[in-house]
Amino acid sequence: MTPPGNAAVELDGLVKRYGSVAAVDGLSLRAERGAVTALLGPNGAGKTTAVEICEGYRQPDGGTVRVLGFDPVRDARLLRPRVGVMLQSGGVPAQARAGEFLRLMAALHANPLPPAALLARLGLTEHARTPCRRLSGGQRQRLSLAAAVVGRPELVFLDEPTAGLDPQARHATWELVAELRASGVAVVLTTHHMEEAERLADHVVIVDHGRVVAAGSPTELTGAERQLRFRARAGLGLDELLAALPLGSAAKESPAGHYLVEGDVQPEFLATVTTWCASHGVLTEDLRIERRTLEDVFLELTGRELRS
Amino acid sequence: MTGSTEPAVLDLSPAPGAAPPLRKITAQTGHELRALLRNGEQLLLTLIIPVLLLVLFGATSLLDLGTDRRVDFLAPGVLALAVMSTAFTGQAIGTGFERRYGVLKRLGATPLSRTGLIAAKTLTVLLVEVLQTLVICGVAFGLGWRPQGDPLSVALLLLLGTAAFSGLGLLMAGTLRAEATLAAANLVYLLLLALGGVVFPLARFPDGVRAVLELLPITALSDGLRQVLQHGAALPAGPLLVLAIWAVAGCALAARFFRWE
Repeated sequence: MTPPGNAAVELDGLVKRYGSVAAVDGLSLRAERGAVTALLGPNGAGKTTAVEICEGYRQPDGGTVRVLGFDPVRDARLLRPRVGVMLQSGGVPAQARAGEFLRLMAALHANPLPPAALLARLGLTEHARTPCRRLSGGQRQRLSLAAAVVGRPELVFLDEPTAGLDPQARHATWELVAELRASGVAVVLTTHHMEEAERLADHVVIVDHGRVVAAGSPTELTGAERQLRFRARAGLGLDELLAALPLGSAAKESPAGHYLVEGDVQPEFLATVTTWCASHGVLTEDLRIERRTLEDVFLELTGRELRS
Repeated sequence: MTGSTEPAVLDLSPAPGAAPPLRKITAQTGHELRALLRNGEQLLLTLIIPVLLLVLFGATSLLDLGTDRRVDFLAPGVLALAVMSTAFTGQAIGTGFERRYGVLKRLGATPLSRTGLIAAKTLTVLLVEVLQTLVICGVAFGLGWRPQGDPLSVALLLLLGTAAFSGLGLLMAGTLRAEATLAAANLVYLLLLALGGVVFPLARFPDGVRAVLELLPITALSDGLRQVLQHGAALPAGPLLVLAIWAVAGCALAARFFRWE
């Protein structure tokens, strides 16, 4: 039934306008089957709009959408059983009990997961008989996640699955996402937690102003470059240090007493820095080698000004 | 995250598929019924108030009903009120909040589909009405009710009334904010209870006003049921026509203007 050789999601030149504002403005991406794809972007970047187009909630104004090889609006009937959805907010009834809601969602599918086991897995067993309106925000998020996967879908869309979760719940969510991936389920999630994208995603798509500004694996995006940071007394003679390091290295002190040394950080490079410090009687504190983080890349690409 | 149970091993490998249509609809109907029967405000509206009105005005002479057979006049009106409370008021408020909480949107992404959801809602309304009818008729018989007429005419009136009120209720739920729906649906309930010939005889209103009131769906339903159950008429044409027009208009407008999110 599935057209062969297709990605889980393929968007090409997607456009969605609200009045004169283009929420999605020529967005193209590909999410592979059995992989985790993270859509990363500031608020209002168009992540949710793009995901909701994939879920068949909105008709795009331009471009093409293929989800598991199908058109999400025209082929909705075929897609609905195969796609799990976790909305950014809402979707859980107020009156029903948590366990009842999940059992209902299970009953709508042919081969669902056992609802009780899924509740246990997400730490909701004790709340199975709690009316949903009395669940905490985090518990409701987890119930929503459970509802997205209970039907054993091929593809799940998780719109900010860990927003507002405490660390334990966040880790439980991450573990489940990793397990989905290991079981061959394609996961497309949106987030603005860099850590989440860096940790979970095979493929990260950075979206801003409705367009893709960068895409790749977390390592591809952050690059191989490393840097060295340490703290020591203020006013060290950095020119002298630079002279000892390979050409093309850089060093700066900012703020006073905090040093950043950039270059091709190899074992020898590190030894040169520490030897130089030793010969000057300088004891370094918090010496660490770091890679550029996804957050550095993200801020570089999307700017530092606040978004509404 | 204080689950005391050992985390179960789950087979998350894809095995997608929709349940058979009948199972989806029964699951959703069961879900809606449970939510409804557990909701105190809904029960107040659908069962307690109708039964209270029947007992209060049937067993006492607080209200001049223009007849000594008080229950024969009241029972059809209270049945009409029951239909309105479930199909219109209850459904409007319930659906309005489901829309507000994104439940309708979420269900739209499940294999249930919108058609299945509407089928389940209709089935829920009909089942609650069966329950209401049983309770109200039981109480009425206890008060000495002696209904006339043929059951077929009664069923037809109740079904058309249900369609009319459901259409209007969903129109309200699908267009107004949930809080506005809550307020408006309760206000309409009260107004129609007072003006629609439910317990207060229409004969008390001036002719001109009465002619207008007779075009209301609640008046058509209570009057039609009275013509059959109290006076033994078969297929009362006027009320059936009024209800049919409201049913077609209400459902068409709801289908056209209902917004799912």
